[in-house]
Amino acid sequence: MRNLFKIAIRNLIRYKRRTLLTASLITIGVVFVLVFVSVSGSFKSMITGQITDSMMGHLQIHRKGYVASIDNLPLNLNMKPNAYQTIRQALAADEQVEAFSPRLKFGAMFSNFTETTNIRLNGIDPEAEFRTVPLLPSRILEGKSTVGRGEILIPALLAKGMKVKPGDPVVIVATNADGSVNGMQFTVAGILESATGPGGRDGYVRMEDAAQVLRMTEPEISEVAIRLKDFGRLAAAVQHLKNATAGEVNPQGQPLFEVHSWEDLSPFFNIARMIDIMTFFIRIMLIAIVLISIMNVMVMAVYERIREIGTIAAIGTPPGKIRSMFILEGFCMGVVGAGAGVGIGAALIALLNLIGIRFDFGQQKGLLLKATLDPPDLLVVSVIVITVAVLASLQPAVKASRMEPIDALRHV
Amino acid sequence: MALVTAAGITKDYRTEELTVPALRNLNFEIEPASFVSFVGPSGSGKTTLLNLIGCLDKPTAGRLTVAGTDVGTLGRKESAAFRGNHLGFIFQDFNMIPVLTVYENIEYPLIMVQNIPFRERKERISRMLAAVGMDDQGGKYPHQISGGQKQRVAIARALVTNPALVLADEPTANLDSQTSYAVIGLMKKMRDDLGTTFIFSTHDTKIVGEAEVLFRLVDGRLAEKELKEGTAHA
Repeated sequence: MRNLFKIAIRNLIRYKRRTLLTASLITIGVVFVLVFVSVSGSFKSMITGQITDSMMGHLQIHRKGYVASIDNLPLNLNMKPNAYQTIRQALAADEQVEAFSPRLKFGAMFSNFTETTNIRLNGIDPEAEFRTVPLLPSRILEGKSTVGRGEILIPALLAKGMKVKPGDPVVIVATNADGSVNGMQFTVAGILESATGPGGRDGYVRMEDAAQVLRMTEPEISEVAIRLKDFGRLAAAVQHLKNATAGEVNPQGQPLFEVHSWEDLSPFFNIARMIDIMTFFIRIMLIAIVLISIMNVMVMAVYERIREIGTIAAIGTPPGKIRSMFILEGFCMGVVGAGAGVGIGAALIALLNLIGIRFDFGQQKGLLLKATLDPPDLLVVSVIVITVAVLASLQPAVKASRMEPIDALRHV
Repeated sequence: MALVTAAGITKDYRTEELTVPALRNLNFEIEPASFVSFVGPSGSGKTTLLNLIGCLDKPTAGRLTVAGTDVGTLGRKESAAFRGNHLGFIFQDFNMIPVLTVYENIEYPLIMVQNIPFRERKERISRMLAAVGMDDQGGKYPHQISGGQKQRVAIARALVTNPALVLADEPTANLDSQTSYAVIGLMKKMRDDLGTTFIFSTHDTKIVGEAEVLFRLVDGRLAEKELKEGTAHA
């Protein structure tokens, strides 16, 4: 094998310019794929992280039918306290669940005593909420880093529009499930940075205050946000929780709860899916580049060396070794192209990080993109390139090994 | 026992419309350690006959036995193995592998065909390089040596596997007359030293005289067999 490698490498060096051009083409392809995969993947992970860790959680449980009407925040589709207890026990016993936070969501009128606007509010237990969405405290731009009784966290856009700041008194007026209206005065505890996505412009009050505004003796729960220990096991966790809650049915035999991952609830998932599709097609392009360039070179190599093939076949070289000789040439080109591409790609990504790419995403301004390269990505791209290089060499190599020595020796 | 036995060998080249006879009913025997030449004008069938003996082609009819094997019955892989183990080839255009040095060219069949261990390879190659007078040229590439030297390397490559038979198709066609004589002289010396049978084709009348057994081919037929005075292998 060592000798086959030696001959393959020397044959590649023999046609320096052609080898260099082909290897460069593969290298450029690999660099483009790696940079694209890195930047788009990092963007996807970053935004996904922002969405799940600062407002949505990894998945949510609602009462059946709630999500279909979620824009209206229907109070009549909340979970009753005993129903929530069932969920709470299931989640507390689930080893995959790191934290969960019950929320009482409702729409209200927000008044600064001179102006009024509408607001979506979440009644929360701050401790549970901050464990479930750990980036939420980092969105608090001004004021206290938590919310106490009689206090409210409001989104920045609302604060700016209504000209309120931490410490200011405001009034929240809400219609409860019976249709009656109730109002309550709050103090602005802090201003939240607005975020793009569902819940990104919501305000927060304590659960007890929300229940008081809505005149509930015991708080009902609109949704339970859940944080998993391993985000990579999201699909399995959703299925597991679906199975765990499937037994809970109403008197009509219909399921009481519905489980949704963030992917079902956030429109950003469609963008993430588009990124995945684009990544897939970029990889297909890389495969095409490698396939065509290596095949072209190997077809030329076989054609130019027909007499040599005749000679080595005549002196008794087994067809398998002739085949291996050409396959190894393709393999070596693939390895060089992939190796150089990975090296240059990694350097380019390091340079991009050094320069620092900042971008805006919806209301979030100046987000710093930290492009990263996962070792599995490097491995996948390298394996694809080398495998395709070998496959591209296969047809010319088989042709060479099947050549009749007598015909090959006659070739001019 | 004869090294090569041809019994009624016929070779036709067929196209869709016509059949061109290249060899017609050849019968001959070649003894081991002989120095044989096939001569004749272009198109007489010399190269075709060498190709058949060299297992590079198959006869249309007849039986051709080389080193005790009916080569007409061998499959593709068996033919390659037979060539690698029993035959050596010297080509008109030297046919060196350009990316390998002189040493590596001679080493090639030992590695790729016979899988000879390193120590034995080294010993055999050194002996061959010395025998063909190229012991100080082993590190050079084919493009760095002359035509005559290339043919010496080709002789060394053909002999290094200890074949029973070396086939040389017009081995001196691309050499000047002085070098041609030197190459034929070297082939004969190697025959004497190693006992290897050499069969070469030529239309060079000066070189023809060096053969000890001469088969003259005309239009694919064996017209004449000549034995040189005092030839032991007839």
